[in-house]
Amino acid sequence: MITQHRIRRRMAATTPVLLALLLLAFVALTLAFGDRAAGRMASETLIRVTLVVGFWIFAGNSGVISFGHAAFACVGAYVSAWTTLNPAMKATLLPGLPPALAEAHWHVLPAALTAGLVAAALALGTGAAILRLSGIAASIATFAFLAMVNTIWANWTPVTGGTSSVVGLARYVTPWVALGWAVAAILAASLYAASASGLALRATREDEVAASASGIDQYRHRLLAYTLSAFFCGVGGALAGHFIGVINPDGFYLSLTFLMLAMLVVGGIGSLSGAVVGVLAVSLAVEALVRLEKGFTLGATTFALPPGSQEIIIALAMILVLVFRPAGLMAGREIMLPARWVTGRGTSQN
Amino acid sequence: MSLQLLFDALSLGGIYAIAALGIALIFGVMKLVNFAHGQFIACAVFALILPSTDAVAALGLGLLPTPLLILAILGFGAGLAMAAEALVFRPLRNASPVALMVGSFALGVALQNLLLVLYGGRPKAISLWAGLGAPVQIGPAEVPLLQLIVIAAVIAILLALGLMLKRSRLGLEMRAAAEDFGMAQLLGVRANHVISGAFALSGALAAVVALVMVAQTGVADVRMGGQIMLIAFIATVVGGMGSLPGAVAAGLAIGAASALLQAGLPDAARPFRDAFLYALVIFVLLFRPQGLFAAAGAKPRV
Repeated sequence: MITQHRIRRRMAATTPVLLALLLLAFVALTLAFGDRAAGRMASETLIRVTLVVGFWIFAGNSGVISFGHAAFACVGAYVSAWTTLNPAMKATLLPGLPPALAEAHWHVLPAALTAGLVAAALALGTGAAILRLSGIAASIATFAFLAMVNTIWANWTPVTGGTSSVVGLARYVTPWVALGWAVAAILAASLYAASASGLALRATREDEVAASASGIDQYRHRLLAYTLSAFFCGVGGALAGHFIGVINPDGFYLSLTFLMLAMLVVGGIGSLSGAVVGVLAVSLAVEALVRLEKGFTLGATTFALPPGSQEIIIALAMILVLVFRPAGLMAGREIMLPARWVTGRGTSQN
Repeated sequence: MSLQLLFDALSLGGIYAIAALGIALIFGVMKLVNFAHGQFIACAVFALILPSTDAVAALGLGLLPTPLLILAILGFGAGLAMAAEALVFRPLRNASPVALMVGSFALGVALQNLLLVLYGGRPKAISLWAGLGAPVQIGPAEVPLLQLIVIAAVIAILLALGLMLKRSRLGLEMRAAAEDFGMAQLLGVRANHVISGAFALSGALAAVVALVMVAQTGVADVRMGGQIMLIAFIATVVGGMGSLPGAVAAGLAIGAASALLQAGLPDAARPFRDAFLYALVIFVLLFRPQGLFAAAGAKPRV
């Protein structure tokens, strides 16, 4: 006899598999039919999947919006730059690095893992303070954290290069590398969401008072999710740096925060599938708008949107989603196989 | 030297208090953390000049005689905030505070990029009231005239706002709405009226901040509202979300801390002043997570 609970668990286990297949199909289709720009768009989109799924681990499960996750991406990108750049180059670009870092010339994979771990450690330290606040106040404190990291990174010139960019990062991020990390993030996110801690955290999201009356320590679960989520944002930041090859503190500030938030809201913050679908939908929309800003020819005339209209349109779309479909495109549902596909032969539903 | 520091602290803290009041007023009536407030400030600055992407700004509204100009900019700020309320926040009236906050963030991004499209990304010089930089001798200290005007204006605004909240009907309704919105509505407080009023006041306060910033820096920059909005947020959190006296007190305290850090930090650490300030605030919140003056409605009732 198979219980309803077992069926639910099996259905939930199909979600990460289906999402990974969706992303695989996305990469295969853009590489098969798209131009070079489409290939770049595919890598960029998958890096954003890593970032936004990481962000979702905290924001989706706890219901607390964080504005600070772009700061973890910033830290991740710089940690990877510090550990992988050619030492001769670091001596001229970043003369203030401590000797151990100045001589480091690591392989990119341990560098990406370290980027994630450093971001996670930073989240553990700052989250211990920030997450003691209630929901909205915690959001504002994460915003202060973002501004703090940006101020430090823009002024600590000997170590971070200040507002001038750090150049020369190895550009190893192909769509396939990005796909690997995106799938890893999705797996981790769905494992966390299915864990006891994830369940407890979602209980606090639904009703803080009832959850704490049931003996749930909200602070501890929030801190765990915050740390895990910062790991993937740190890795995502490292990937973003190694995708463009150039990093700069303002590349990981308000516009990235806005983009991550827009993706999560459009897709729907209530489910992991919402986060992934939101990234795909917003990335495709941004790509279309960027091409429109460059101009297109219809008959004899060329039309072009004024530069900057892309952000305005995305922002307006975000407001419209909030008004007319507050739970986002996926409305809190997960993409999963129907119950009769996972119950196996010879078992009845009841 | 120390008298100079006092004036620095008072004028900076006063501006932070005005900005924090603009945030706290709206949070009080509709639990909205208005992330578009910084862009209201930036829009009020750019309303002074004509839209163009040239490097040199041509004054538009800025050409009016001073009293008219102040009225016009205050009116512009109030009108912009009321329009934002009617178009964006009224449809979201019943949404959760988180959705409201995200919506205001999106509105802020839209406004900022609208300014970028209309005016271009480069900072522009605006020469408005150039005479206000002249120093005035007070005892041993030389204080810029502008600082004295700012301090006087802040005191006047706080008194006027306090009287309005205590004595006028709209003020009474606003305080009632901040206490318990549902109950206030049942007792005949018109929701649209109160919320529009709060937005108009908040927009006018944003315009005050804009005028002071233009007079201080002489520059119009698309990003100029961001930093002061963040300080204002921090002040509302430190003061206790929704508490107006708390917002003012915390704004003044942050201004004082900022002036002290500016004077006391060694030269090498000065660029990191704001980072120290934010760290200090997070540290304060460790000991009083509910803020200095927690409002009555801040704790969830079961």
